[in-house]
Formats: sequence, structure tokens, C-alpha cells
Amino acid sequence: MRILVCISNVPDTTTKVKFSNDHTSFDDSGVQWIINPWDELALTRAMELKEDTSNDVSHVTVVTVGPAGAEPTLRKALAIGADDAIRVDSEATDAHAVAAQIATVVENGDFDIILCGIESSDYNGSAVGGMISEMLKAPSVSAISSLSIDNGEAVITRDIDGGKEEVSVPAPFVGIVQKGIAKEPRIAAMRGIMMARKKPLQVVSAVETGTLTNYQEYAMPEPKAPCKMVEADQVKELVNLLQNEAKVL
Amino acid sequence: MSVLVYTENWDGKFKKLSYELVSYASSITNMAGGQVTALSIGNVNQNELSTLGAYGATSVLTVDGVSGGLDNQLYTQIIAAAMEKTGSKILVMAHNNAGKALAPRLSVRLNAGLAAGVTAVPESVDPVVVKKKVFSGKAFAKVKIVSESAILTLAQNSYEISETGGSASVESFDPAVDMAGAKTTVRSVQKQEGKLLLTDAEVVVSGGRGMKSSDNWGPIEELAAVLEAATACSRPVSDEGWRPHEEHTGQTGKIIAPNLYFAFGISGAIQHLAGVSSSKCIVAVNTDKDAPIFEAADYGIVGDALKVLPELITEIKAAKAQ
Repeated sequence: MRILVCISNVPDTTTKVKFSNDHTSFDDSGVQWIINPWDELALTRAMELKEDTSNDVSHVTVVTVGPAGAEPTLRKALAIGADDAIRVDSEATDAHAVAAQIATVVENGDFDIILCGIESSDYNGSAVGGMISEMLKAPSVSAISSLSIDNGEAVITRDIDGGKEEVSVPAPFVGIVQKGIAKEPRIAAMRGIMMARKKPLQVVSAVETGTLTNYQEYAMPEPKAPCKMVEADQVKELVNLLQNEAKVL
Repeated sequence: MSVLVYTENWDGKFKKLSYELVSYASSITNMAGGQVTALSIGNVNQNELSTLGAYGATSVLTVDGVSGGLDNQLYTQIIAAAMEKTGSKILVMAHNNAGKALAPRLSVRLNAGLAAGVTAVPESVDPVVVKKKVFSGKAFAKVKIVSESAILTLAQNSYEISETGGSASVESFDPAVDMAGAKTTVRSVQKQEGKLLLTDAEVVVSGGRGMKSSDNWGPIEELAAVLEAATACSRPVSDEGWRPHEEHTGQTGKIIAPNLYFAFGISGAIQHLAGVSSSKCIVAVNTDKDAPIFEAADYGIVGDALKVLPELITEIKAAKAQ
């Protein structure tokens, strides 16, 4: 079995978000780039599945769509343990364009399980995984909180609104994962970082594709009123404020 | 410009969410003309289906004969067929588990641009330009849909229900897809019985590391019971295994937007705030007066959550008894 993990290169989640003066683009000066947190959990689970030899997972590949500046993030994924990496040389303009690039990588490769995080922490589109699956006409399962392999078949727990379901789907399929899929993201060890330098990172050229959306303008949220402080021995006053001022009780 | 709404039911009943979606769709047709059609998949009785009319749906399409849980490919085919039948150019869905699973597939199938997690009615409809959250709520963006059709998934609790007092015709719809072709096999279902869903709750009571131990969750649960609220926690708490990961609210956990959010012993890391900052009112109790949670909160107490909680329970019970 071969697993492909799709990686989005995103600003560190502690980044103070800024935009250009005309508010039309994200200002990435001074930004630290990381593996999108959900993609990192997907990669961690892929590595766990590979290391358990009873699963017969032979290979884990990571892919990202982005310019050369995204390569350090792919190297991080290799340091965590992926066997090889693919970068599609294209600006990630919108979810549809990114999905079209990754779908082409899948068609040209040999993968049984394609894993994506349920959203990216920058544009929060929750779109690429589902789009890839529709482009490939492959089954998809979303909101996955556990994934194991039983006699060559994927056994999945997914969240539904109101509970959980255990489901199975035939490979190849696209698994869209959320929190719970791995306990904690794996951190690269020094040995992994050294080995990552020698692992293959293939750059492929982009295919022609269109976009369906266009981000026009950004704005920061309205500043909020300062917090009204209540003394710790005045809990009754807090209840009064919630009831009569905020009217939320 | 007609709009199709994908509604979800739970055991044959619609929730507030479905009415929000229909109200939202109705505000789009108020701007752009056209009809709102609601699509319902699964067994829902006639009376329940017709309630959608009161929020602005002019007709309801109901699809029977689908069993065995959500199969993304099958549902995608059904919803696409309903778009075609109604000639709708805009599809409205919830930004929840089902919406996130289906909307991107439909975007490809219908060649319709997807704006996910929108928070307001589009400012224009031809082309669709709509506001959505980006950077996990740290900013907003205006997205223009450049394709002819559009899909909008509505962020939770971001649009008020409005009743129009209308009525809807109900029509059985046979989408002519292979209902037996589902590839997802459901092996077992675990329903969250008797517990309010975190993403449905109007009030959420949440605890962080300041609660000191999993043994101290009694008062959190008691306050939640008094307020008919759901319980939640910060990431360190679920990482420590004090509470199940389903309760983790924050950037990588659940994103919630209740009317009232209580944060006990939560310092308010930027990732936590990303998951809760859309709450209408935030109350924070923390021993550290400089904790970032107080920058996001509306009301705050500097103090020990374990001491404040029992008093708060007593006072809220007293206030409710009046």
C-alpha cells in the first residue's frame, strides 16, 4: 500500500495576520511557514501505519502545490518520516486549482490512500480533499478521527453531527482527517532532519487549470470593547450583568 | 437567481440550522429574485417538510430510498440532480461535517466556485461576492465567485432565522441515480445520546489547565446542566486526556459560536481564541490578570475558577428561580 499525504504550506498559527496597504493581499513578511496542523496529523498517522509492519504500507509520499519557497516545509515532512516529496511548481491560487494539480499527481502515481487535512489554517476552505476525490471519481470520507488497516481494508471512524460512525470504503480513496487521527503531531528528530536532506524531492510542472474563486479584499475584525472586570467576591454582580446587560442568561 | 438549500434532518426532524439556511437563501432571492427550493434526503414526514415554507422556501424536494449513512458520491449526485432540476445557480449548505464533505465535490461536479464558511449575505449576486472568515477567524475576506454557479457554506450561528410566514409545496423527487451504488459501508453507529452537541449549543461551559485535574470537572458539568449548556475544554486538557478530544475547542478542534461561552482556567492562547472568538458573549475566569483571554472576553473575573464556579452555580440557580 502506498499513501499520499497532501501538505499545505501555511503561516505559523501564532502569526499576527497583516495585509498589504491596499488590503488586497496577505503580507507574508517575517512569517514562519509550517505544515498545516491537520496535514501534520495526517502525516503522523501515515507514519504510524507504515511503522506497524502488519499493515503492509510500503511508502509514504508528501505533495504540496507552491513555489520553491514551500520546499523547507516539504523537507520538514521528510524529516518527520515521509519517503519522498513532490512539489507542483505553481502558485496556490484557489482550492480548485490546487486540487486539479494534486489530482494530476495522483493520476500519474500509484497511491491507495490519499490523506488531506480537513481544512487549512489560512483560507479555511475545507475544500481540497473533497475536490480531489470528485476529480478522480474516487470515494471520499470526511471528518475522520481514526484510521486503521484491517486485512488490507481501511477501517475509519468519522464524526457525524450527533455522534460517530465506523465505516469502510474500498481503496483507492481520499481520507479527509481531523483532530484525533493521531494523538499529537510528530516532531522531527535530528536524525530525521539529517536524512531528509538526502531524500528525493521531485519538482513537477503545473498543468493548465482555471480558478473558480478570487480573493478580492481582506479586513481585520472590528475591535471589541474592553472586558468588563468583576471582583472575585462579586459573582452575584456578574450574574446580574449577564442577565440584564448582556441578556444572555 | 434561484437558490437550492441542502437541509439535514436528524431522525426525521429539522434543527435550527436548517431554518437558518433557508432564511439565508431567502435573503439571497430577496436581492436577486428567483425561488428558494429546499432539498431533503431521507425519511421526513410531510408536516415537518412543510415547516421549511415558513422561512422562505417555496418548494421542498424530498428524496426517499437512501439508506446506510452519508455516502459522499451518492449524495453529490442527488444534490447535483436537484440543482439541475430546479435550474438553481446558487447552492446553500451548512459549514458542518456534511457540508464540508459534500460542498467541494459539488463544486467540481457543477463547476461552481465554493465560498466556505461565509458569515453574511452576499454583497452582490451577479457575480457573487461574499464575506468569509480567513486565518481561523483572525481576519475576513471578500471572495468573488468567478464561475456561473456558486456554492456557499454558511458558518454556524452567523445568520438569524427569520420567519416569512409562507408555505411550501412538497414534491417527491426521484433523482435517477443508482441508490445502491454507495461505496461507504457503515459498520456501526455511536450516537451521542442525551448530551447536547457542542456545535449546537447556545451556551458552552469550558475548562482549561487552570482546572488543575480531571477530578475537578464536576462543577463544570453542574453549571452546564443548570444552563442546558454543552461542555468543552482547551487543547492541553484534551491532550492530557482529562477530557475527550471531541470537547477540544480551538483552531484545530471544534470551532464554535454560541451565544454565551464560559472559559474557566483558560489562558486564551491565540489558537484557542480562533475557535471561540465568534461567540456572542465570552465570560472568563482566570487567576492571571494578564491572561490573553481577557482581551477576547466581554466579562472577566480575576480569580480561581475552582472557587468561583460553586458560587456562580448558586447565584445562577437563584437568578433562574426568580
